[in-house]
Amino acid sequence: MKIPDLTELALRNLRESLLRNSLTTIGISVGVASLVAMLSLGIGLQQLASRRLVKSGLFDTVVVTSHRDMRTMGRERDEDRGASNPGESRALDEPARVEIEHLPNVVEAYPDIRFSAELRYEDKPHLTMISALPESAKSNDAFEGMPGSFFSSDTAPEVILQKTFAEELLGKTPPRGGEEPNVADLAKPLLGQELTIHYAQRAASPPPSSPPSTDAANSSDSNLAGAAYSVVSREQKVKIVGIADLDPESMRGPTRARVFLPLKLAESLHVMQLTDLREISRAANDPPVYSSISVRVKNPAQIQVVEDAIKKMGFGTFSILDATRSLRQFFAVLDLFLGIFGSLALAVASIGIVNTLVMAILERRREIGIMKAIGASDGDVKKLFFAEAGAMGILGGIVGVALGWSIGQVINLGTNVYLKRQSLPPEHFWAVPWWLVAAAIGFAFVVSLVSGLYPAGRAARLDPVQALRYE
Amino acid sequence: MGETVIRAVDGVCLEVRAGEFIALLGSSGSGKSSVLNLVAGLDRPTSGSVVVQDRDLAKLSREELAKYRLHVVGMVFQSFNLIASMTLAENVELPLRFAEVDRSQRSNLAREALERVGLRARMDHRPSELSGGEQQRAALARALINRPQLLLADEPTGNLDSHTGTEIMEMVRQFNRELGMTVVMVTHERALAERYAQRMIFLADGKLIDDRVNTPTGIDSREHGGQS
Repeated sequence: MKIPDLTELALRNLRESLLRNSLTTIGISVGVASLVAMLSLGIGLQQLASRRLVKSGLFDTVVVTSHRDMRTMGRERDEDRGASNPGESRALDEPARVEIEHLPNVVEAYPDIRFSAELRYEDKPHLTMISALPESAKSNDAFEGMPGSFFSSDTAPEVILQKTFAEELLGKTPPRGGEEPNVADLAKPLLGQELTIHYAQRAASPPPSSPPSTDAANSSDSNLAGAAYSVVSREQKVKIVGIADLDPESMRGPTRARVFLPLKLAESLHVMQLTDLREISRAANDPPVYSSISVRVKNPAQIQVVEDAIKKMGFGTFSILDATRSLRQFFAVLDLFLGIFGSLALAVASIGIVNTLVMAILERRREIGIMKAIGASDGDVKKLFFAEAGAMGILGGIVGVALGWSIGQVINLGTNVYLKRQSLPPEHFWAVPWWLVAAAIGFAFVVSLVSGLYPAGRAARLDPVQALRYE
Repeated sequence: MGETVIRAVDGVCLEVRAGEFIALLGSSGSGKSSVLNLVAGLDRPTSGSVVVQDRDLAKLSREELAKYRLHVVGMVFQSFNLIASMTLAENVELPLRFAEVDRSQRSNLAREALERVGLRARMDHRPSELSGGEQQRAALARALINRPQLLLADEPTGNLDSHTGTEIMEMVRQFNRELGMTVVMVTHERALAERYAQRMIFLADGKLIDDRVNTPTGIDSREHGGQS
């Protein structure tokens, strides 16, 4: 029999005993609904968790360091071995950064610039660590809701202060165990104020044969003769645009700064960095070498791939991959359990299909006999019962997905009402992705076909002579 | 009961020529229906052979037997055996579905077949809405739809009054003559057989006891006159 005929006959037969087949289909729907509800809860929680992690910036970042730095930090043995491998001694410079940025799954790669400097506010000096932030940090939780705003541009002479530093500027260091001042209160007198940064600039000393105007940082001039640089004291006026209430420990990368500058601005300052002390012997006219580069990955799941690719380029990497790995493991197990619980109801429903179809065979014995007598093959009868099982599965799957989705919405709503009462922000921890919809309906279809296996086989084997015997 | 082997048909040797109209006669339990089921390919002999058009049905697979029933055999039953949930048109075109005939062609053929048995106007009715005679006519239309060479009738008039029974038998004879269909009819009414069959086969306890040529007398004039 052809498939449209089969479908037509199957649907007609389902309509014939409407109540029984509807009840069976509802059984499947409930099974699918519970499966969808369970899995979408798992997926939703996972999305919520990884959204949080992505925002925190800890789990999607790989910090890249040069092996060369490592060696100067006392790994002389490594150097001996590494000498034969030129790839390992590669410098972490601008071309390397661009290369890393062009790796698949990489969103951006930016140099970690941090330096200590003296900041003057109302003529009082404060020594602190300054770090540069890329524009992408804007979406970080810590900067999203802070008083003030993020940098207006990547080169704007603006700063964001960490809360404790703001306290220090205002002379409001809280007594131990005392009440922490509110960020908003700190922001009021500081926003829009000006600070002066005093820092050490690394400037090229003009080599004898080069024009003095050569800018050390931007020049690609590889004139090594008489390479040297001098340290010049500079200052830069900046405006306070934001006060961030963030824990410096949780910041992206190893940076533990209390003052943040826009990345491009910080780069243009050519500040003398910590690595430079170790790079004393390096020629001043060389392009700049970064102490480390932060690489942001599209998705925490891809960190391993990116890390491997960077390692292959000859750099050292660091990430909190292990944490995400155990997190993913946890969610895999959670999803498995939720899936098993959800499937239980579907398994019960599949027994319902078997029952309904076996009943249908008893009821339709004569009909099956007639069909066989007028030329239906075993296969035709089998396919017909399969089609009926499949139709119940698909219908049940569609209704079940809708039901599961509604259950999810209701639970989500209820939880958010609860969260609101606890004065917590609402969360969206329920997700029904399209693949889940398709998979649930497909799964219901397959389960129902498997359930139809026995009844269909039994119907096909029915002896027409027995079935037609006059009652 | 149980272990005892019952031979419903035992040592029956029968040859039917194409285009013949034969009647299988016998009391109930004589094995006449079993012979019909063997010829219909619904049953298989435990030993021996059933040869139809040079095919030994005993050696066909289940699949091939289904094909044989579909294309070579048309069947009518005492209890009509129409499917209650389907309209007449759907019942009649059901064999065409198994034969995978196109939908448009199917409905044309079904209409033609119902026309032939005079039920064109009733094609959208369900069997329960029809009289017994009409149901049996629909069953005849269904038996004809695949243009089989062999029409097997199992007590076709058993559930009908004599007038409608005659009507049905007239149709069967018409198919036998005009379409050249071979007809094998099972009946326990000797009178019916004498009126229509060219040969009468008598069975008892699964054995063939008589095989005689008969000159069909046609419609019983007394009954015919009385009814019209």
